[in-house]
Amino acid sequence: MKDFIIPDRDFGTPAAKSKQMVTLTIDGFDITVPEGTSIMRAAAEIGISVPKLCATDSIDAFGSCRLCLVEIEGRNGTPASCTTPVAPGIKVHTQNAKLKQLRRGVMELYISDHPLDCLTCSANGDCELQDMAGAVGLRDVRYEAIDTHFKVKDTSGIANPNYIPRDDSNPYFSYDPQKCIVCSRCVRACEEVQGTFALTIEGRGFDSRVSFGAKTDTALSSDCVSCGACVQACPTATLQEKSIIEIGTPERSVITTCAYCGVGCSFKAEMRGDELVRMVPYKHGKANRGHSCVKGRFAYGYASHKDRILNPMIRDSINDPWQEVSWDEAMDFTAKRMKGIIEKHGRHSVGVITSSRCTNEEAYLVQKLTRAVFMNNNTDTCARVCHSPTGYGLGQTLGTSAGTQDFDSVEETDVVMIIGANPAAAHPVFASRLKKRLRQGAKLIVVDPRRTEMVESPHVKAEHHLALTPGTNVAIVTALAHVIVTEGLFDAQFIQDRCDWDEFQDYAEFVSQSQNSPESVALLTGVPAAEVRAAARLYAKGGNGSIYYGLGVTEHSQGSTTVIGIANLAMMTGNIGRPGVGVNPLRGQNNVQGSCDMGSFPHELPGYRHVKGEGVRDIFEKAWGVKIDDEPGLRIPNMLDAAVEGTFKGLYCQGEDILQSDPDTKHVAAGLAAMDCVIVHDLFLNETANYAHVFLPGSTFLEKDGTFTNAERRINMVRKVMAPRNGYGDWEITQMLANAMLKDTGGAKWTYTHPTQIMDEIAMTTPSFAGVSYEKIETMGSIQWPCNDKAPEGTPLMHVDGFVRGKGKFINTEYVATDEKTGPRFPLLLTTGRILSQYNVGAQTRRTGNVAWHSEDLLEIHPHDAEVRGVKEGDFVRLASRSGDTTLRATITDKVNPGVVYTTFHHPDTQANVITTDFSDWATNCPEYKVTAVQVSPSNGPSEWQEEYNAQAAMSRRIAAAE
Amino acid sequence: MSLNDTHAGPHAKLIYMANQIAKFMESKPHDEGLTLLASHINDFWEPRMRRHLFEVLDAGGAGLRPLVLEASAAIKRPVVAA
Ligand code: SF4
Ligand code: SF4
Ligand code: SF4
Ligand code: FES
Repeated sequence: MKDFIIPDRDFGTPAAKSKQMVTLTIDGFDITVPEGTSIMRAAAEIGISVPKLCATDSIDAFGSCRLCLVEIEGRNGTPASCTTPVAPGIKVHTQNAKLKQLRRGVMELYISDHPLDCLTCSANGDCELQDMAGAVGLRDVRYEAIDTHFKVKDTSGIANPNYIPRDDSNPYFSYDPQKCIVCSRCVRACEEVQGTFALTIEGRGFDSRVSFGAKTDTALSSDCVSCGACVQACPTATLQEKSIIEIGTPERSVITTCAYCGVGCSFKAEMRGDELVRMVPYKHGKANRGHSCVKGRFAYGYASHKDRILNPMIRDSINDPWQEVSWDEAMDFTAKRMKGIIEKHGRHSVGVITSSRCTNEEAYLVQKLTRAVFMNNNTDTCARVCHSPTGYGLGQTLGTSAGTQDFDSVEETDVVMIIGANPAAAHPVFASRLKKRLRQGAKLIVVDPRRTEMVESPHVKAEHHLALTPGTNVAIVTALAHVIVTEGLFDAQFIQDRCDWDEFQDYAEFVSQSQNSPESVALLTGVPAAEVRAAARLYAKGGNGSIYYGLGVTEHSQGSTTVIGIANLAMMTGNIGRPGVGVNPLRGQNNVQGSCDMGSFPHELPGYRHVKGEGVRDIFEKAWGVKIDDEPGLRIPNMLDAAVEGTFKGLYCQGEDILQSDPDTKHVAAGLAAMDCVIVHDLFLNETANYAHVFLPGSTFLEKDGTFTNAERRINMVRKVMAPRNGYGDWEITQMLANAMLKDTGGAKWTYTHPTQIMDEIAMTTPSFAGVSYEKIETMGSIQWPCNDKAPEGTPLMHVDGFVRGKGKFINTEYVATDEKTGPRFPLLLTTGRILSQYNVGAQTRRTGNVAWHSEDLLEIHPHDAEVRGVKEGDFVRLASRSGDTTLRATITDKVNPGVVYTTFHHPDTQANVITTDFSDWATNCPEYKVTAVQVSPSNGPSEWQEEYNAQAAMSRRIAAAE
Repeated sequence: MSLNDTHAGPHAKLIYMANQIAKFMESKPHDEGLTLLASHINDFWEPRMRRHLFEVLDAGGAGLRPLVLEASAAIKRPVVAA
């Protein structure tokens, strides 16, 4: 009869974890389940769905609706099957005359206070109340309720005080209280799954209502972070996606992967025709386990935004308006220009930037373009500006450039140290999983200049917050090591077994020096020594210790050194190689891990193998039929330097906006302006495109097949759910460009017809991917690399029996103060970060309803610093560094210490990177975003640079009208 | 000071970067630091950058930390001008 997509089976209550098994009989069938399983879940496992309303398997059972009653032979009464655990040998009946009657009674009560407008209800066909009325055989409601929650007025025309109108304040879902059955699934989902505690049940009995905190709070003004967990949990139309209300129910669903952050959540893209109806987190996604955040769940509207460019465009000079052309013309024009440059300035005068937002296959092709067609190694990726120090630091110490754990590992951790990261904003689903563990009793240490949401939020409080002065990470990490070594808290057995003992001796001697003690560095870091000592003891001796870190570690002059220091801490305490421990970089963009794996860096071929290695070059020379350059290529900052100097002239930039995301905007602009051919391949005319000669319209993750690799090295499928609006997947566009370049050079053409062939080529050439294929990902759901003969099913945990590099290597971490110092002209330290609802440079999220939460970047300043400058809440202020100045609004908060100011960088108008400087990590040139000496002063409007910039941008974005 | 100052030419920035690497390597045993400094530059610096570094070295190496000067014998001189 109805052919609606079957939702993922709901087992009613979460799976039990016990190893002890219990056998019982349900309706005459034997079933064996882990101890602690509910009768409801046991029944579901043999295919018997006991009617239920208040239970769902993402949250603990509550037992309030009394619909799931069963009878157990030899026991009195009719217990609720959702709250009653199984017991050996019991005989359960889920259906008999008595139960039927009881259930009808329950349903009757519910229905008497529920509007009967099922036909026009937005949840029609997707409503559990409706389903249950059907399941229990409810045929009539014998009495009419006098007091209801749904009647706007009573029979005499007086307004019903119990009627609450619909709350549409959230851009993505609505709350319609008249349909609420007060099952509290939403409240429990917000607490247990999301950990925000935004919802409560107010009142008792008939008066109980779901509420977004205080009476006056709407969904939007409350603490709600719009993760959608409550919407998923709600059995009725009360909490529902607005897209369902507008479009109707979907008819099919496709599993795919979120294209926002490095958590890499799996989603079901629910479709009607080629219209995306909604994105629902996929229960069996191993990174997210059925949870999501506002970005992946709701912020996909950019894909159909009117600003999206759908036709290729070219122009001779960046002062001309854009000219829309056909794909053929665009390719001819581009190939001719690039070939011209190579002829005149040599093959090293051009290069590429791969995207961390595109698929692995696409990144692979872009680096192949420069290596096999341009014939140089000038390839880099946005990871340069975020996690390149992770690659270097973990590579040197442990032997592999990636996190050591899977996200599930957090469920077994006892002490978590978060350094320079704010997962609640940047990796929300991971943060929810972490908070869940913290509520179970795990301890938390936060090392961050700012009091982030992780330091204190409902039911989570960090044991220690080391609020260090920006730029002193190495000093703190080394001081932690000092305490662990001098107080004998290290794991000598582990070090002897797994690391080089002599190197550890050297290291121990180094960190034991008195200048590395917490007392000595306290002046520098601003952190009381006793706090550092207590944190070190807790991490070393508190059970399974895990470290999660983010850009607050890497984006410093000594970013690589801090990463090394973090690896040292984990090794010396034996916190590596089992669940619950490890060193975990929290990656920014969805495919940062993947783009690095795919050889996007100028010194290494796919799989992190240096181009100087003859054996490695040989593999690719055979596969590609070309000679590969054995010298490292230019990194992004080096490309820009070479451009300014006049030796770098052409750039193909896929899916990145370096003008907005890279430091020292003026220098980036100068570099781009000096080039003869800048090709921007993106969804929108981004900031970099202001300096481009060719614009190639890109496709979204909904419009192509491929894979993303998340922060746990998990390779997830991205599936095409609709045809590319721009005509081609990005991999096809790179291939067209390659072939246009290869035309009449006699080089072999590229002939990929599907991304699966690209993955096969990656597997063939790259040992850690040797066992990866689309087929295998299809069957397994996802794979964590390395995946090869040694680990055919992939590798959830790294370094289990030994380090990838052999022995773990301790490396000294001498603190070198950054040259970015405060002084009389620039007395404050600026540090930067992200917020939840926006993503990176914001090109996508700014074009969605997410602007409801964050419409501009704000400067956080301590009340003391604000007062001496005469700055009040909401004032425009001028923010100046030695690089430049900009204006934005200030917000006054003690989340930052005196002397420190903080802002985000999601909006191009702010131009926060005009302020950031040219200092960078010593090993990788990762820019020092996290420390800039600045001054703040009252201002009355945009800076001169902002005005000039906006004028140039407006000129440059003109598109000539088609003749 | 701005290292990105267009008028200053490429040398100031490269001297700065080489010294940054040296400061890290100085905390290692001398010989190890020396070898690693040279190999770091060989592995990560594109020939153009090394060429500019040699311009500084050939002119006497003013501004470079002693460890860079000492390691220079092991830094690869780019073969062909890029
Ligand atoms: S959307 Fe998320 S944060 Fe908001 S109320 Fe629902 S569960 Fe809580
Ligand atoms: S809003 Fe939905 S989930 Fe929450 S109590 Fe009401 S019916 Fe239940
Ligand atoms: S942005 Fe990150 S946490 Fe949010 S849904 Fe996407 S992958 Fe998950
Ligand atoms: S489902 Fe068991 S009491 Fe509601």
